Amino acid sequence: MSALTVANARKSFGKVTALEGASFELREGELLALLGPNGAGKTTLIRAVAGRVKLDGGEIRLFDRVLDGRHTPPEIGIVPQEVALYPLLTARENLAAFGGLHGLKGRELTKQVDWVLDQIGLADRANEPIKQFSGGMRRRLNIACGILHHPRVVLLDEPTVGVDPQSRDRIYDVLSALRSTGVSLLVTTHHLEEAEARCSRTVIIDHGKVIASGTLPELVDRTVGRHRMVTLRIDAPLTESASGKTNGIEVDEADPRLLRARLRDVALELPPLLDRIHRAGRSVEDVEVRGPSLQAVFIHLTGRELRE
Amino acid sequence: MGTLLRVAWTNLSRDRVAQALTFLLPIIFFSIFATVFGRQGDPQTTRIRAAVVDEDQSDFSRRIIAALQKEAGLRVRTSADESAGPALDRAAAERLVRSGDVPVAIVIPNGLGASFGQGGASAPAISLLADPSDPVAPNMVGGLLQKVTMTAAPDLLMESGLRQFETYAGQLTPQQRAAVDAWLPRLKAQGSGTGGGVAGGAMPGVTVQVVDVMRASHQNGSLISFYAAGIGVMFLLFSSVGAAGGILLDEVDSGTFERLLSTNIGMSGILLSKWMFLALAGFAQLCVMFLWGRVAFGLPLFSHVPGFLVMTAMTTAAAAALALMLATIARSRAQLSGFSTILILTMSALGGSMFPRFLMSETMQRVGLVTFNAWALDGYLKVFWRDAPIWQLWPQAAVLIGLTVVFLSAARLLARKWEAV
Repeated sequence: MSALTVANARKSFGKVTALEGASFELREGELLALLGPNGAGKTTLIRAVAGRVKLDGGEIRLFDRVLDGRHTPPEIGIVPQEVALYPLLTARENLAAFGGLHGLKGRELTKQVDWVLDQIGLADRANEPIKQFSGGMRRRLNIACGILHHPRVVLLDEPTVGVDPQSRDRIYDVLSALRSTGVSLLVTTHHLEEAEARCSRTVIIDHGKVIASGTLPELVDRTVGRHRMVTLRIDAPLTESASGKTNGIEVDEADPRLLRARLRDVALELPPLLDRIHRAGRSVEDVEVRGPSLQAVFIHLTGRELRE
Repeated sequence: MGTLLRVAWTNLSRDRVAQALTFLLPIIFFSIFATVFGRQGDPQTTRIRAAVVDEDQSDFSRRIIAALQKEAGLRVRTSADESAGPALDRAAAERLVRSGDVPVAIVIPNGLGASFGQGGASAPAISLLADPSDPVAPNMVGGLLQKVTMTAAPDLLMESGLRQFETYAGQLTPQQRAAVDAWLPRLKAQGSGTGGGVAGGAMPGVTVQVVDVMRASHQNGSLISFYAAGIGVMFLLFSSVGAAGGILLDEVDSGTFERLLSTNIGMSGILLSKWMFLALAGFAQLCVMFLWGRVAFGLPLFSHVPGFLVMTAMTTAAAAALALMLATIARSRAQLSGFSTILILTMSALGGSMFPRFLMSETMQRVGLVTFNAWALDGYLKVFWRDAPIWQLWPQAAVLIGLTVVFLSAARLLARKWEAV
């Protein structure tokens, strides 16, 4: 079932078009990555869902209810990109403040604060002012403030910016735990390997439009194809006469001992390739086989040109 | 070194706030001080308001009043109502002084005309009912009184002198009497002129007695309260604006404001809670300041608690609303700091926080009423200086409440820029 549906969302700021008919769907219990180059419209889309941007056209449905674009529905939790907390308050005080503003009170508030502190691994630091916290701890608390009030959909804008791998893992563990309870999560990130490893589906947006969406295999099939990139390190550069016997192999310009080839079926095509190199009088020192990545898909779809 | 100079100059040339603080603020202050103290050479703007009570009802007293009314430096009223109404008596004049309507009242006592020029301890003194919060007015009016009594009735002065002469030196001859009788009408005509006539240099004038109609025993403490209010209101504005920048613009920058907007509270709720915090913090700040005044300088706080609480509540409410409005106008903390410094210092200069408004010209006093400070300080003056009952604070309370509503409404409208776009 769909938790959130964005249909043909359009928004302009003066002469700048931020969204030009963007559409996508977030399913219940799904961790969906929203990717795009800088200025692609990700933040505008997130803010529109959060009721902070009024669309010029299109509609946003939350559990089949059309949102008015003026208020943040209580079913939505927001985790902004900035660490939006009160630095002089303790972790517990911050959580209590935002929980209270979301309508939690009394025992329920206390219970939720304890639960979320435990989830983000800050129970033992709960009573310290957060100005003493590391960047990773603040990020985790930033997320906690957005999920405290039992939201059914959580919007996370770059939740892992500037944190170490341990904190990043912890953050995704928290998100996975939420997901297992049926909460739907929409995450924007520039860490493509994170999206690849942690998210069930990916939506790629560029120039205000969704240009691709699906699981990684689906995206790969639709874009770069399911080939493998094989990189070989040989003992010495190939001579000009030997190069003729290795058609289909690219020689690295900077290091002529590195050879690359795109193979659709590694098991079938790699042995003959090794044989040709052997017959050219060279021996192979190392072999690396890499499948198509989200990075490749992303670059394929959005190009290498700088946007800003 | 040249590079750093170039960088500094480029920064300054691109920073409008820094430019305003560097070049505009000194000019504004110079203009205000020049206007206030230079008085622009307009005698109409320097006139002292004075009430006159004629208990004597003699020809002499009427001549004094007429001469006072012709004085360019005075604006004289002889009735409770400025334009018409029954003549003032001593009690009514004292009320006018105590209420601050006039800084000084002149009481011409019964028998002054009859005894004028005779000197001696039996001559009744003219009373100057004065409010010492304005130290200039009684001295100026006292000097002018000496002048007009000497110039308004030279004929009476001469007659009185001749009577004394005849008492001690013998009667004038008929020829001398005829000459004097012919001269006296000319003297009287001179005295009815502009008040600039020739005075009998060595002749005795009138005795002027200054009466402090305020509570002289608490004078020092009351003056302390005056300065406490002036400085307190100015710093209340500075601290309110600083706090508003901290709790509003910093939260906008950090994303906390955005997060707050996604909760149940809404923009109006956020602004109201910020305003309440600013008002309460300001209230506490003024309480601490006046308490310190009580402890360290004997400020009569505890005898004026109700009035103090009313004025402090109204003042802090308006200051908090103004600070909130300024914060919603600004795009950044630096911008807020820049233009609010200019605004607060200007308002404080015009509104009496830096020097009393009664030292300013009438025009500047009227201009000062557009500032928030002037109304707040007038209220504190009523409480601590004039011992006014609470109900008499209604004009100040009404204006401050009105300003609070206007500032809050403006802040709400301006805050729409942070709502859904």
